[in-house]
Amino acid sequence: MTERTNLLRGETGDWEVVIGLEVHAQVLSNTKLFSGSSAAYGAGPNENVSLVDAAMPGMLPVINEFCVEQAIRTGLGLNAKINTWSRFDRKNYFYPDLPQGYQISQYKDPIVGEGEIEVELDAERTIRVGIERLHLEQDAGKSIHDLAPKESYVDLNRSGVALMEIVSKPEMRSAEEAAAYFSKLRTIVRYLGTCDGNMDQGSMRADVNVSVCRAGNFAKFQETGDFSFLGTRTETKNINSIRFVKQCVEYEARRQIQVLESDGEIDQETRLFNVKTGETRTMRSKEDAHDYRYFPDPDLLPLTFTDAYVEEIRASLPELPDAKKHRFVQAYGLSAYDASVLVMDKEKAEYFEAVAQGRDGKLASSWVTTELFGMLNKEGLDISESPVSADQLGGLIDLISDETISGKIAKQVFELMLSDEKGKAPEDIVEARGLKQVTDTGALEAAADKIIAANPEQVAKVKDKPKALGWFVGQVMKETGGKANPQAVNAILKKKLGVE
Amino acid sequence: MSLSESDVKKVAKLARIAISDDDVPHLMNELNGILGWIEQLNEVDIEGVEAMTSSVDVALPMREDVLAEGYTGGGQPENVTKNAPKSEDNFFVVPKVVE
Amino acid sequence: MTDFTTKTIAELRAGLAAKEFSATEVTDAYLQRAEGSEALNAYVRFTADQAREDAKASDARIAAGEAKPLDGIPLGIKDLFCTKGVPTNASSKILEGFTPAYESTVSANLKRDGGVFLGKLNLDEFAMGSSNETSYHGPAINPWRREGDDAKLTPGGSSGGSASAVAARLCAAATATDTGGSIRQPAALTGTVGIKPTYGRCSRWGIVAFASSLDQAGPIARDVRDAAIMLTSMAGHDPKDSTSIDRPVPDYEKALEGGVKGMKIGIPKEYRLDGMPGEIDELWQKGAKLLEEQGAEIVEVSLPLTKYALPVYYIVAPAEASSNLARYDGVKYGLRVPDDNIDQLYMKTRAEGFGAEVQRRLMIGTYVLSAGYYDAYYLRAQRVRKKIADELAAVFEGVDLLLTPSTPSAAFGLGEKMADPVSMYLNDVFTVTANLAGIPGISVPGGLDSQGLPLGLQLVAPAFGEETMIRGAAALEEAIGFDAQPTEWWKA
Ligand SMILES: [Mg+2]
Ligand SMILES: [Zn+2]
Repeated sequence: MTERTNLLRGETGDWEVVIGLEVHAQVLSNTKLFSGSSAAYGAGPNENVSLVDAAMPGMLPVINEFCVEQAIRTGLGLNAKINTWSRFDRKNYFYPDLPQGYQISQYKDPIVGEGEIEVELDAERTIRVGIERLHLEQDAGKSIHDLAPKESYVDLNRSGVALMEIVSKPEMRSAEEAAAYFSKLRTIVRYLGTCDGNMDQGSMRADVNVSVCRAGNFAKFQETGDFSFLGTRTETKNINSIRFVKQCVEYEARRQIQVLESDGEIDQETRLFNVKTGETRTMRSKEDAHDYRYFPDPDLLPLTFTDAYVEEIRASLPELPDAKKHRFVQAYGLSAYDASVLVMDKEKAEYFEAVAQGRDGKLASSWVTTELFGMLNKEGLDISESPVSADQLGGLIDLISDETISGKIAKQVFELMLSDEKGKAPEDIVEARGLKQVTDTGALEAAADKIIAANPEQVAKVKDKPKALGWFVGQVMKETGGKANPQAVNAILKKKLGVE
Repeated sequence: MSLSESDVKKVAKLARIAISDDDVPHLMNELNGILGWIEQLNEVDIEGVEAMTSSVDVALPMREDVLAEGYTGGGQPENVTKNAPKSEDNFFVVPKVVE
Repeated sequence: MTDFTTKTIAELRAGLAAKEFSATEVTDAYLQRAEGSEALNAYVRFTADQAREDAKASDARIAAGEAKPLDGIPLGIKDLFCTKGVPTNASSKILEGFTPAYESTVSANLKRDGGVFLGKLNLDEFAMGSSNETSYHGPAINPWRREGDDAKLTPGGSSGGSASAVAARLCAAATATDTGGSIRQPAALTGTVGIKPTYGRCSRWGIVAFASSLDQAGPIARDVRDAAIMLTSMAGHDPKDSTSIDRPVPDYEKALEGGVKGMKIGIPKEYRLDGMPGEIDELWQKGAKLLEEQGAEIVEVSLPLTKYALPVYYIVAPAEASSNLARYDGVKYGLRVPDDNIDQLYMKTRAEGFGAEVQRRLMIGTYVLSAGYYDAYYLRAQRVRKKIADELAAVFEGVDLLLTPSTPSAAFGLGEKMADPVSMYLNDVFTVTANLAGIPGISVPGGLDSQGLPLGLQLVAPAFGEETMIRGAAALEEAIGFDAQPTEWWKA
């Protein structure tokens, strides 16, 4: 188990930071949670709004079965308990982008209960983060503030779009852990296909809950479950990038420690994150905190389904990142971290597997991660746009394995596959360019004799300084244009120079 | 339980209903009159009785995830905004809301 | 020449089919009578041109031998039902100028069957009231008056306009809604028949919501047969309403025949309230006797929790209303009282747009849901509600129907009960349990009291027991033979 303590130095001693995330993930559905209007992004003002979404008098909600299924899929992907009886409640508050005057959400009885996921921090450290719950709810509309000096313009296109709110347990202990958790959630929902994870379009955003406590108190909280060991938390809303989550936690932790150390108090409040400065500021203080008056929505009935239905969905799940990671370690002998890098993105994992199929997994992994991903990053290409297909890369690796070419030549061939020889099979390129490795001992001996004859003083040296052998190998390789098989050259030279 | 004058003001604010201070006393009396009458529910033994939120006991009906035509579908911004006290290019217009 | 407005729906249907008269003639006659009824303030809006067009279309279908069940029948629509292209404001200033782009499912069903809409009918604001006095348009007036007294009386509420219009023959029948008694109480006070169906029988889609778990649409008509004909058209499953029940709609008119022979009818002893006028008790016993004479077995039953139904109602209904009416905020439709601050805009708009009773209920509802009070009020009320429903279900194990008075008093004078909310609330004491339990009830005229005012008797059935209930009501109606008519003092 990874060592988790992360002490923050303060003037008056050490502190610990405790983080919980509420992630809103938009369900990848055609229509809204309770109406048949489009959930698509980027339509004209109030284009994707039904009379239900606009809360016209007498309009009523009817739930979208697909959204229910996606919530269950996601719950299963989080290794969480699925509740076959759940219910929708109304969260009442007044706001211009909330046409009903309430949000239909799930308060007491969410569709998904507790779960847990693995989160990789780096090559050595993997942590487990507990999931508190996942519930379905409506998104709100959008107020645009810069179209008129004294007025806001309200667009309800997002109003009623289905969201999954995924609430973590307050178990993350550093900005790094929070960011890694957020990114892991994104990987999971993208694997499941329940959310596209497009943060810039707001399909995935996090409310970041941060508190600090004196070193050691978190352990007491974990033993007792007594929240009084934790400090007062602030909630910073709607953070839509992994980097910003990190910045937000770092800023909030520092700010809270400063406040506490100057004998101030943290009030439980809602804060906003400024993407330019990386700072947070008060949005709503506890005084004017809402009283949401949750109560069961009388326009809807309890949401119920059978265990058989859940099992049906479970059976249809794709292999999830953690399972894939563990399998890659097993089947291809990769390190947990290399495996986790490969599974981060489903398409990349599939590409790797196509390459590694029936080949040396380690070799495949290093070619895919270093050479291919390196090239893709440099070119700013997506894996789907890779100029080198998995087949081609596999072919190249075969040429290395059967010693047709050396790794060094292989890199040349790879370059050619990206440039002059685009689209060609590596074996053809090797053939055409005569890059085949020379293993014919006759030719190699000739080359060796030539070098030995030409360099008597080196020959003299090598007798009592065997390291100098490397110089001869280099010369022979040069002589053969890099095509010689290094092992073979080595053997021949040793024999001829009588080095042991 | 009965409401104080400040409770009445708080509830009115929560319900977003502007009331003048002169209204508070009689509102308080009316509301307390009703609440007092309601108090008799405390006589009922509800031990082990679950709450009833609907008289309908069937499973929640669900709809397919397909774009709807008409009232429950989109593509009618004019119907959405035509009754609005103030609108502009199919947006609803409200006084500036600042967070 | 015959006065078409004296005819029931059944009689009009027959006459139209026999081509004795045209839908256009009938519609014109009703429009003329209705337009001369300002004194009753039953209509808030006429749709005369549309009505005449629709009547023409009905005549064409009848001529072509393609008559629909309600072709040419002039109807009034409670102004809580959204009607496409026709202003709908629930008798509230906050919905001033609101014109729906949609038609409620129930009114659409009536149109589908050929119904001709004469206009929109008055009601208590958002259906919150029992006397129609909370209407922004002023109260509808009961065509019935005490003998030798021209004091204006309430037609009851919230469907006061519907009841007044049907009693004064300003339409053949009307739509209404019932959340705590808003169909049955006005029917009782105006000598008409009102049915509150099983919850989920009629779609709530397009009806301005008051209390979602209690609201149910139904008809007010002149007799049981007409009410049955109306309900047959109004009812039906609606996929747009998640609480609508997917269950075939029988032809309720066919349920009229058969009588009560062999039926077990319960008399809940707790409905005998102290302070209730003796006349009501006598009427009640008379009703029981009449049913017994026709072969029903009358048994006394006990519903000890009855007295708690109203307090439960006055927590649950306001709680749901406080949320349902949050959408009236001056942003999307209706009234806006401008302000530079959005919260001030909300508060001024709602203070100006909602009347005193609605504001009172919104505050009660907000309070009983607010932090620290939810369990003590809302949750407790919903648990008592469950007990009440179970108690009723248990009683219906032993009886087919319950017979009760519809109201604890006859029509009362305007202003008489406005001062004391609770005394006003008591109007629904006999009707509200059916709403809490989601079961059907019907009010039929039982006779006149000593002042010459109509009184009603209520039959209550278990869920989806409408047919049994209608059969019992038809038998009761026939036995009572109520044929009194109000004087036409109001005629212009
Ligand atoms: Mg949140
Ligand atoms: Zn949320």
